Amino acid sequence: MIYDVFVAPFADMIEAPDFLMQVLWEGLVSGILYALIALGFVLIYRSSRIFNFAQGIMVVFAALTLVGLHAAGLPAWIAVAATLVVMFVLAVTVERVVLRPLVGQPDIILFMATIGITLFLIGFGEIIFGGENKVMITEELGIPTGDFVFEPFGGLLILQQLDVTVVIVAALLVCALLAFLNFTRMGRAIRALGDDHQAALSVGISLQTIWVLVWFIAGIIALVTGIAWGARAGVSFALEVIAYKALPVLMLGGLESITGAIVGGLMIGVLEKVFEIYWGQPLLGGNTETWFAFVLALIVLLFRPQGLFGERIIERV
Amino acid sequence: MLDASETQAETLLEVNNIEVIYNHVILVLKGVSLSVKEGGITALLGGNGAGKTTTLKAISNLLHSERGEVTKGSILYRGERVQHLDPAALVKKGVIQVMEGRHCFGHLTVEENLRTGAYTRRDGKGAIEADLDMVYTYFPRLKERRRSQAGYTSGGEQQMCAIGRALMSRPETILLDEPSMGLAPQLVEQIFEIVRAVNEGEGVSFLLAEQNTNVALRYAHAGYILENGRVVMEGTAQALRENDDVKEFYLGVSDEGRRSFRNVRSYRRRKRWLS
Repeated sequence: MIYDVFVAPFADMIEAPDFLMQVLWEGLVSGILYALIALGFVLIYRSSRIFNFAQGIMVVFAALTLVGLHAAGLPAWIAVAATLVVMFVLAVTVERVVLRPLVGQPDIILFMATIGITLFLIGFGEIIFGGENKVMITEELGIPTGDFVFEPFGGLLILQQLDVTVVIVAALLVCALLAFLNFTRMGRAIRALGDDHQAALSVGISLQTIWVLVWFIAGIIALVTGIAWGARAGVSFALEVIAYKALPVLMLGGLESITGAIVGGLMIGVLEKVFEIYWGQPLLGGNTETWFAFVLALIVLLFRPQGLFGERIIERV
Repeated sequence: MLDASETQAETLLEVNNIEVIYNHVILVLKGVSLSVKEGGITALLGGNGAGKTTTLKAISNLLHSERGEVTKGSILYRGERVQHLDPAALVKKGVIQVMEGRHCFGHLTVEENLRTGAYTRRDGKGAIEADLDMVYTYFPRLKERRRSQAGYTSGGEQQMCAIGRALMSRPETILLDEPSMGLAPQLVEQIFEIVRAVNEGEGVSFLLAEQNTNVALRYAHAGYILENGRVVMEGTAQALRENDDVKEFYLGVSDEGRRSFRNVRSYRRRKRWLS
């Protein structure tokens, strides 16, 4: 037993390094998507203290809109642009109709409001696009679907070109977001708002503008993850689940930390894959990916309630 | 000092008999009127809970986010009603508040904090960089600390950071709330020196809420004394400094020696009713 838990997995890893690389790569692919979604949560939480339950359905909604618009005859890339416009309109609507009237209400009410948004989007999406599964327009978007095959250590490593594209796009998006947050006036305002609402108001930062902006960013993120995930699993309302996979990332990384979201996402993606292959399947009968992240997050919470990277609370004495 | 020529300076800000109610029930200001002259430092004095902060927030319109409301009276800036404007619009008009307790953005560096002050400006990078240098000449200390997270700087540095941030918006009027709070006397003096330097060098007018009557009246040109949500006394700084009641109650010096506490209280109460 002890041998199976502590020795055998590592022996396997060393024996077949090419397979290990394959596992790590696949972990990285889902990890970067988790990171991206977690970033969407973090930005909204930081600037409005709202835990955005609707993030998951936004992924579905963005993917559905894209596929739907394409089916209606728009060329693929125009459909992407149009979907972005739809996500922007969604952000403005959410700010006007939901957030603005609820300013100053307790957090839990705003949280409930995002559940309301979720239910609305589910219904609205179904009415317009129908409930059946659809196929993501991967080829139309020019995303390659072949494989890259490498032979490291005399073994075999297969990278799907789709995954490679996803990783590159997601990594670029994360970098762009970081640059935006750190080096632009609007990005600074978003971070400032997270630190001190009143002070942000006092220097003339408008809450409304920032809220629309962060919801729009969440919308862009939703679209990218929607395309990436939809290309593998098809476009259906089940896609919503990917957003809940970001919850343990948030617990691990801390709700307020941008680095935490990124590192936490990658960590969970990689660890859950490695655990599944080397421990889960041989010892626990597999399918550990559904719960591993949550258990990991629970363990972290026991020891570090603010998360691994929760923004250090600066307290002067 | 306020002399004959300055009393004729244009009135920037005029607050007429405003009443402020929090949460629809708590009456905090019961008719406050004051005016701020262009190019001057006007002090708003009084003890805890007198309504100084509320007055400033009523002007800068930050009351709204604290469930406060101006229910009567009017606030004019350069002759224009500004009550309905949101804080951002007011900042664009040149009125910015530095809040009590500094409120720097803790996780942003000092320099980033200063840059957020220029959020509403549209006059280009060059002008903003130039103003950054301007702020650093008034606050050389901030230049040394520019790369530190503001949350880790000292109280004095944070106060400087907050004032510098306000300066970055190129304001005409700064509403400065309790700059002396929690600072060592020497540092208070230093902050007020800078306020004076900014006032003279950049022509920025100040409306300054302060409990430290002594320091405030030495640097201000004119002053108002608030008590219980009302203005109980007003005048030039000099007149206030020489007024017997102010000396006794706020400066802690009196020609007549100490009175018994009970007498003082009834006297104060009587004065309040009379005003």
